[in-house]
Amino acid sequence: MHAFKYHRPASVNDAAALAKGEAKLLAGGQTLVQTMKLRLASPSDIIDLGTIKDLAGIKSDGKSVTVGAMTRHAEVAHSADVKKAIPALAALAGMIGDRQVRAMGTCGGSIANNDPAADYPAAVLALNATITTNKGKYEADKFFKGMFTTALGAGEIITSVSFQVPKRAAYTKFKNPASRFAIVGVFVADFGGSVRVAVTGAGPAVFRQADMEKALGAKFAPESVANIKQKQDGLNSDMHASAEYRAHLVTVMARRAVEAALR
Amino acid sequence: MAVKVSLKVNGKSVSVEVEERTLLVTVIRENLRLTGTHVGCDTAQCGACTVSMNGKAVKSCSILAMQAEGADVMTIEGVAKADGTLHAMQAAFKEHHGLQCGFCTPGMVMNAIDFAKSHPNPSEQEIREALEGNLCRCTGYHNIVKAIGAGAKAMAAGK
Repeated sequence: MHAFKYHRPASVNDAAALAKGEAKLLAGGQTLVQTMKLRLASPSDIIDLGTIKDLAGIKSDGKSVTVGAMTRHAEVAHSADVKKAIPALAALAGMIGDRQVRAMGTCGGSIANNDPAADYPAAVLALNATITTNKGKYEADKFFKGMFTTALGAGEIITSVSFQVPKRAAYTKFKNPASRFAIVGVFVADFGGSVRVAVTGAGPAVFRQADMEKALGAKFAPESVANIKQKQDGLNSDMHASAEYRAHLVTVMARRAVEAALR
Repeated sequence: MAVKVSLKVNGKSVSVEVEERTLLVTVIRENLRLTGTHVGCDTAQCGACTVSMNGKAVKSCSILAMQAEGADVMTIEGVAKADGTLHAMQAAFKEHHGLQCGFCTPGMVMNAIDFAKSHPNPSEQEIREALEGNLCRCTGYHNIVKAIGAGAKAMAAGK
């Protein structure tokens, strides 16, 4: 990888002051370090968030589960509080990458990176999460802007993410067998009357499936989505799966997610 | 620019001067000459570089040395007792012939030890899921899975 200057700021404010120009924030590094090794990224400066206190941790108050930006996937997957309040969120965290990656990778890093095939963005969108940064708050619907793009501005750092506790929810993912990224992943969350359905892996960025949300809002049952077809337009098509196949998988994964949520 | 990184490796405090872009695995192999930790794919897929950092199995090719400042790292060289007695998981790999060429074995053992701490009596399915991040290109998974099951039980029994 190309050379860079390494920084270990003591606070979020110090980190934000350093985050300018070609500098990059380092969370768990499970994407960024590999990207730098491949020279797909060559930042001038690396700002390591790993030693900033108070960025990691989980709080649950019955209405929401708040995950600190530097909380590792393994901590969310094994958290008794998360398992109790939103078992689907713990399950999703336990499905990311492999167990070594989950020991390092973070919630904030995943969301800020917004990989088209990442798992966390589906939970953020389906659970109507609020993303808190050093500069303010974002609703999930206004945060993800497109492939690897979010509403975050320069020097803006995610500090925590608050997921709303649903009545029931489930995440089902059709994994790429090599990378374990989602070829298609669907997160279904029933808030009692209103249902949110978020799809990852299928398009350039995570999106909500409005037809499915409407049908499930009327009746939360697998048959409500079984015949809803996802449009192929704009979906990803690559060596792993065609747009047609991904569109088909959206329906299948949504049906399975509803089945799992009802179990 | 050369910077200093200080950490504990296999119980010993070490301090090395490295470039800021140096990976943890490079420090382990090239600065400390602990070549039991392997670099297989160099893209975080194969798990041959797995070491324990602060008690958790991680991929040392995906971590900057600077991220390990102050960390307590254990490599395959630190697993056996000082008198050479194998760790229970190493003994299980030997007993069940959980290796063919042996290239992936250090990473397999380091991940298995961490996994077994929370799974004293794992099912075959649990073991196979735990191995998602460790590839054996000899495809010797059958005996690796058997070895980890036996090693976990032996660890739980305090062997």
